[in-house]
Amino acid sequence: MTEHTEHKHEPNYLEYRGKYTGLMGWLTSTDHKRIGLMYFYAMMTFFLSGVVMGLLMKLELIAPGEQLMGAQAYNGLFTVHGLTMIFLFVIPGVAAVFGNLFMPIMIGAKDVSFPRLNLFSWYLYMIGAVIVLSSQFMGDGPPDTGWTFYAPYSLKTQTNVVAAVTGAFILGFSSILTGLNFIVTMHRLRAPGMGWMRMPLFCWTLYGTGWIQLLATPVVGITFLMVIAERMLGIGFFDPAIGGDPILYQHLFWIYSHPAVYIMILPAMGAITEIVITFSRKTVFGYSAMVISSMAIAFVGYFVWGHHMYTSGMSTTARWVFSFITFLVAIPSAIKVFNWTATLYKGSINMQTPFFWAMGFIFVFMIGGFSGLVLGSLATDIHVHDTAFVVAHFHYIVFGGTGFAFFAALHYWYPKIYGKIYNGKIANLGLVIFFIGFNTLYFPMFILGIMGMPRRYYDYLEQFHSLNIVSTIGSWVMATGLIIVIVNLLRARKGSGKEIDNPWDGRTLEWQISSPPILENFEEIPVVDHEPYDYK
Amino acid sequence: METTATHHADMHRDDDASKIGMWLFIFTEILLFGGLFIVYSVYRFRNPVAFHIAHQELSITMGLINTIILLISSATVAISISAIQKKDRKMSMMMLGMTLLFALIFLVNKYFEWGAKFEHGMYPGSDLMTMLSHGDMLFFSLYFFMTGLHAVHIIVGMVLLSVSLFKVRNGAIHSTRFVLLENSGLYWHLVDLIWIFLFPLFYLIH
Repeated sequence: MTEHTEHKHEPNYLEYRGKYTGLMGWLTSTDHKRIGLMYFYAMMTFFLSGVVMGLLMKLELIAPGEQLMGAQAYNGLFTVHGLTMIFLFVIPGVAAVFGNLFMPIMIGAKDVSFPRLNLFSWYLYMIGAVIVLSSQFMGDGPPDTGWTFYAPYSLKTQTNVVAAVTGAFILGFSSILTGLNFIVTMHRLRAPGMGWMRMPLFCWTLYGTGWIQLLATPVVGITFLMVIAERMLGIGFFDPAIGGDPILYQHLFWIYSHPAVYIMILPAMGAITEIVITFSRKTVFGYSAMVISSMAIAFVGYFVWGHHMYTSGMSTTARWVFSFITFLVAIPSAIKVFNWTATLYKGSINMQTPFFWAMGFIFVFMIGGFSGLVLGSLATDIHVHDTAFVVAHFHYIVFGGTGFAFFAALHYWYPKIYGKIYNGKIANLGLVIFFIGFNTLYFPMFILGIMGMPRRYYDYLEQFHSLNIVSTIGSWVMATGLIIVIVNLLRARKGSGKEIDNPWDGRTLEWQISSPPILENFEEIPVVDHEPYDYK
Repeated sequence: METTATHHADMHRDDDASKIGMWLFIFTEILLFGGLFIVYSVYRFRNPVAFHIAHQELSITMGLINTIILLISSATVAISISAIQKKDRKMSMMMLGMTLLFALIFLVNKYFEWGAKFEHGMYPGSDLMTMLSHGDMLFFSLYFFMTGLHAVHIIVGMVLLSVSLFKVRNGAIHSTRFVLLENSGLYWHLVDLIWIFLFPLFYLIH
């Protein structure tokens, strides 16, 4: 705390004035922290609009028959809800926001290797986002294919598929460039003394994620280009009526989109790891196991795409091979959960909001993971394929996993980002309500799926009515919790908090500098002479 | 990389980082075309006869000329990089100019090749294409799509090389600072490499 007073005279990154001031100062800034925050603001806007779409869908499902909207409007809504949440929120999510904000600081660097490229990625993200969202309003109506754009329907429907696909292609480009930037940064800019095995585990997950972004995204990019070419020029790549193969589309799509699940979840796991360690006040259990499991998830996750296609028509051999590899991914994921638990064991646990969010993450992530095993095995998948069970599963993983981790990370790093602290009691209250709402919303969908309720219909049979009411009420509870959480954070921003550099006694480098950090993070590049989690 | 990882953070310039970045980008480019190669293999396997007959419509001579042009252009860009390292600015500029010229010849060739097909009413979305058998149509669709995407890469490569040429001329690229030229060269080799696969797939394989 003695240095604390020393760097007070340096302007922090929020106040810094460069060549431009005001909004232009942000839009032209290549500072990784400002870019991270710009991602954050954009992403929260998209996330909240996705939440509103989700609430509308749940409201439609409160009773059988048409409540708010007909079939076509509902199809458009679940498609754009999926596109918004997947491509604009969870895929870039934790990596683009917290990776940009903290990865360079955590490895002791002043910025990423290519700061201008980093800003360019943000612009690509915004352009892609605008195009994806405008597909809802322009042309011949919102796309109604689902976020997967399955052929041949995506080639035949008269709705605005080309715009949505183009937007997704541009977003993919942005994601590739961010991954590339992060990999190079971690290779080149680690502080003196920070060997690979001294890198904080959050950075390791970003490293694994970067490789998936680089090697998987181009495959879906070219697939989207083929869809556009097929729609515009009538080339028969995927339409069976003119010689194409719709199953080939599914393969190419999932070769990216399954690894994309790990793009979403790996950085989330990394953030949770940081939180579990800091709030146990104890070094991590099994550092190298954590590193290896991150890389193993990234690697093995590349070879499991076929488990999305058990019912699409694949040979039995292909199906059991994919099923087997799918079960293999459970091993490194379970290692992470075991290590989190072992880290907690005999730690002196500091019960604060980020810790509760992390525990919430582990709870819902376990439910999501176990239900994933049901879907990963061939026989049970046939029964629940394309039912509400699948919807419940991936919301537990994607929203319960990445979403919870996003809010956990936000509450963890909030004091560092703004130099303010939020009201912990209200934050906890919001979390509890959110958590109850989340489970009330999604858990009934497991049961509905096993009962046989198909996904993606605006209507359903009377026998599913009562559980759907529960689920819809859950969506309102969850939204209430979300509002409390966000309002609480907004109020803290307005200045009701006190300034603080290291409120949780964290040991990684970002907690050793002032809050908010100065423009280039460190006055002097630190020399690292100990392990990342140095609790004695 | 391990050894150099320690002395960097306060330098604004890091040539190794730029080169790693370019290599990573090349990986993504290879996977971009990788998706197309998979599609090509699947449809070739399904329609062996149609692909065989359709491929005879392409002129091996034209393809061969373009292959040779690209191979030589890869050599000239490599010479240009060695020249700048040896402080021979004039040679470097001349070789870059030749690379650009070869690239242009490649595109002109491509223009005539495509143009001949267009004249016969053979282009994606044309009436003739929709009348063809599925196998033939897939062959020509893939031909136009893959060589078209490759031509886009040629144009991007030409832009990079032109910028490099301009910077060599005004002295921004010199014997101790040539990473932009090197990266443009790397990219150009990638463009060449992809053509090396496209040529046999469309023109040669029986």
